[in-house]
Amino acid sequence: MRLRLEARPAPSRAMLWLSPLLAALLAAVGGGVVFALLGHDPLVALGTLFLAPLSTLDGLTELGLKATPLLLCAIGIAVGVRANVWNIGAEGQLTMGAIAGGGIALAFGGEGRWWVLPLMLLAGAAGGAAWAAMPALLKTRFNAHEILTTLMLSYVAIQLLGWLVHGPWIDPEGFNFPQTRMFDDDALLPVLVEGSRLNAGFLLALLAVPLAWLLLSRTVTGFRLRTVGQAPEAARYAGFSATGAVWFSLVLSGALAGLAGVLEAAGPVGQLQPVMSPGYGFAAIIVAFMGRLHPFGILGASFLMALLYLGGEQLQVSLQLPIAVIGTIQGMLLFFLLGADVFIDQRLVVVRDARHA
Amino acid sequence: MSSGVAVSLPRGVLPPRLSLFGISKRYGAMLANDAVALNVAPGEIHALLGENGAGKSTLMKIVYGVIAPDAGEIAWEGETVQVADPNAARALGIGMVFQHFSLFETLTVAENIALGLGSRQGLAALTAEIRRTAAQYGLAVEPGRHVHHLSVGERQRVEILRCLLQRPKLLIMDEPTSVLMPQEADGLFVMLRRLAAEGCSVLYISHKLEEIRALCTAATVLRAGRVVARCDPRVETAESLAEMMMGGALARTHRPPAHAAGAPCLVVNRLTLPAGEPFGTTLRGIALELRAGEILGIAGVAGNGQKELLAALAGERRSAPGAVLLEGRPVGALGPAARRARGLAFIPEERLGRGAVAEYSLAENALLTRVDGVTAPRGLLDMRAVNALAARLIARFGVRCSGIAAQGRSLSGGNMQKFIVGREIDAGPRVLLAAHPTWGVDIGAALAIRQDLMDLAAAGAGVLVVSEDLDELLEIADRIAVLSGGRLSPPMPVAEATVERIGLLMGGAERMVHAPAA
Repeated sequence: MRLRLEARPAPSRAMLWLSPLLAALLAAVGGGVVFALLGHDPLVALGTLFLAPLSTLDGLTELGLKATPLLLCAIGIAVGVRANVWNIGAEGQLTMGAIAGGGIALAFGGEGRWWVLPLMLLAGAAGGAAWAAMPALLKTRFNAHEILTTLMLSYVAIQLLGWLVHGPWIDPEGFNFPQTRMFDDDALLPVLVEGSRLNAGFLLALLAVPLAWLLLSRTVTGFRLRTVGQAPEAARYAGFSATGAVWFSLVLSGALAGLAGVLEAAGPVGQLQPVMSPGYGFAAIIVAFMGRLHPFGILGASFLMALLYLGGEQLQVSLQLPIAVIGTIQGMLLFFLLGADVFIDQRLVVVRDARHA
Repeated sequence: MSSGVAVSLPRGVLPPRLSLFGISKRYGAMLANDAVALNVAPGEIHALLGENGAGKSTLMKIVYGVIAPDAGEIAWEGETVQVADPNAARALGIGMVFQHFSLFETLTVAENIALGLGSRQGLAALTAEIRRTAAQYGLAVEPGRHVHHLSVGERQRVEILRCLLQRPKLLIMDEPTSVLMPQEADGLFVMLRRLAAEGCSVLYISHKLEEIRALCTAATVLRAGRVVARCDPRVETAESLAEMMMGGALARTHRPPAHAAGAPCLVVNRLTLPAGEPFGTTLRGIALELRAGEILGIAGVAGNGQKELLAALAGERRSAPGAVLLEGRPVGALGPAARRARGLAFIPEERLGRGAVAEYSLAENALLTRVDGVTAPRGLLDMRAVNALAARLIARFGVRCSGIAAQGRSLSGGNMQKFIVGREIDAGPRVLLAAHPTWGVDIGAALAIRQDLMDLAAAGAGVLVVSEDLDELLEIADRIAVLSGGRLSPPMPVAEATVERIGLLMGGAERMVHAPAA
C-alpha cells in the first residue's frame, strides 16, 4: 500500500479556499513549535500573537493601519499575476511613492494649502508607476524578465531613499538623525478614529477592493489581461496585446504600491525615514496568493498578515522575542500555502498493489 | 477461450494473436471501456472504429501497457498475460506507432532508432540493419539524415521502422494516414499488407472509412466504450460503417443551389513572408483571390506553410499593407482585432488554448472574439448581453454542454469546435478563414460544421478552408488550390480536381503542371 498524487478531473473549488485556511493553521502550529523551542509557552505566545491585538480598540485600529499598504500592494500584484506579469518589486515602488509624495510635502507643505495632500497622493502613485514602468520597458523592449528587474530596482529605490534622508533632505534641526523634518499638518492624512493612527488612507485601500474586482471581472481591459495571462495564444488570436498587458499591469501595480508608500509617509510616519516599510511590499506577495489573487480574498488575507505584524510587535515587547520570528512565520505561511495548493489540482489516493490481488 | 466472440479465425488451429476479455476502464464518472472483447488473428489487419471519445485510444493504451485496466484479461497467443508497461508489451512483440511522433529533431534517424531500441549494437551495424529492413518493406528512409529535415511522412516511416526492427507480431497504428499525402498513404498500405502476409497482425485505428474498407479484413466498432458491432469491412459500405459508429442513420450535408461567385472579398498579392520560427516555412509569392459566396479550399500536408499563411491572413503576422486586401481595402499592416472589425473571422486549428480558453466558461469564451458587441460604455462588460450571446450560440449551433457556465475543457472536441465555429459565423463575417475545421471531430459534428460553412458561403460570405482532409475539400469547396513548400498553386474548379492531380501538386509538382509552355 502506498500513497500517490492523482490529478483531479477539475480543480477543487473547495480546496482553493480551504488551502489558505489550512496554511494559516499549519503556520500557527509551526509557530508554536518555534516558540516552544525558544523556551516560551506556545499557547501564551500564540495568544499574544493572534488574539491580544484583537481585544482592544487600539489593536483593531492598528490592524487597519497595517492592512492598508498590504492591501494596496497585494491588489496590484494580483492584477499583474492574473496577466502573468510578476511584479515582486512592490517594496521599491512603495519607497518611490513615499519619496515622490514626501518631496511634495517638503516642498509645498504649509498652512491652509488644501491641495498639498491630494497632490502628494497623485505624486506618490505617479512615483510608484514610474518606477514600475522601467521593468515594463525592459520587458517589452529587451525581453528582460520582470521578476529580476522589479526586485533589483527595489534595492535601488531603498538606497535612493537612504541617500536623500542622509543628505539633501535631512532635517537641519534633527540632531543629524537620518530623517526629514516632520510634515506640516496639511500634508498629513486625516485620522478616522480619535486617538488612534487609523487614517483616511484605509478608506482608499478599501475602495481599491471593489474597483479591482470590477476591473478584473467586469471590464474588457480586465478580460484582456486575464486572457493574456491564462492563454497567450488565445490572446494573440483574439488580437489582445501582450505588450499592453505588461504595461498596464506593471504601471497599475506600481501606482498602487506608490500610493501605499505615500500613505505611510503622510500617515503613521509623518516624515521620511531611511526605512519606510517593514517589508510590506514583499509580504504583499504572500497576501496576494493567500487571497487567491481575488480582490475580496486579498482583503481577508491582508488582515491576517497585518495581524502577524501587529502580534509580532507585541511579542517583541511582552516576550522579548526577536522580530525574525515574524519573518519565520511569514515564510512558513507561504511554504504551507504552496504545499496545500498542490491539493487544488490533485488528490491523494491510497494505492493497494492490485496486480497480485 | 470460452468467450463466444464471433470472429472467424483464418488459420483455424492457431489461437488468436491477441484476445481481450471484458476490459473495463473508468475515469471518474465516465466509463471509457466497458467490458470490451476483441480478437485479432495472426496476419490479420484489424480495424478499430469509433468516434472520438468512443474509447479506442484507451483500449490501445491498455494493450500497450501505458495504463492498467480496472477489470478484464489480456491473452497473447492463447496465454493470459499482464502487460505492466510498454517495455513488457514490446517484449511480447507489440509495437505501436502513435499519432504524435516522439523523435528528437536534432538527432539522425539512426540515432533516434538506437535510442528507442536501447540496443547495444554499434551505430554502424544498426545503420546497416535499418537499410536492410527499410528495403525489405519499401520504406524510403536515409538513416544518416537529421530528423528536422524530414517530412511528416518520413518521420512516420522512422517510427514504423523503429517498431519493425523489433520484429513485432502485432503492430498498432493510431490514425496513421491523417498526416500523409495520398501517394504516401498508398505506400503505407503496401507495406502493411506485406507485413500482414508475413504473419504480423495489425491493429489499425482510423476515421477514414474508405481506407478501412480497402485495407482491413476485420473490424470492431466501439461506441461509448462498448463494442457495438463486428464486421468484415470489405463487404460493408462507408455509410453502413459510419452508421454503426454513430448508432443511427447518417445525415448528409446538402449543398445549397449553385450561385454565381461575387466580387473578390479577400485578395492576396505576391505575399512573401520569411519563416517566423525555426523549422517554419517561408511563404513565397502567394497570390489568391477569394470571391464572395464561394468556398476556396487550400489543400496540402501540414507544415507546408498553412500556419504561416493563416497567420498572415488573420493578422497575427503583419505584412505590407497592400499584400492583403479585405473587401478592397489594404489590411496587411493591421492586427487581428482591426481585421475582425472590418469583417474577417477566423477559426484556428487549435481549439483549447487558442480558439478557446480551457479554464474559461463558455460565456467568457464567447467574449474572446466578440468583445465589441457586448460592451457597455466606459469599457464595462454587459454581462447580460455576454450570457445571452453564449446561450444563443449554444442553441443555434447545437452545442452539447451543461450551459453557459460550462468550462471550455469540459466540452468534447467536437462540441468545442461547434461553439467556436458558431461564434465566428454568428459574427456575420464577410470573410471566414477556417483551419482544419473538422480535424479530430466526430462525424456528426463534422457534418454540422461543414453544413454551417456552406450555408455561410451561400449567404454571400467568402470562406477559405485550409484542410488536410481532401475528401472534405472535395465535398464543400468550389475551387481548390494546393499549398506546397510555401507556394500556392493556382486554384482549380472542384469539378476538375482529382485526388491524383491534387496529390501531384502536394508533392510540389505545380511548376511542372502549370509551367508555361516550354
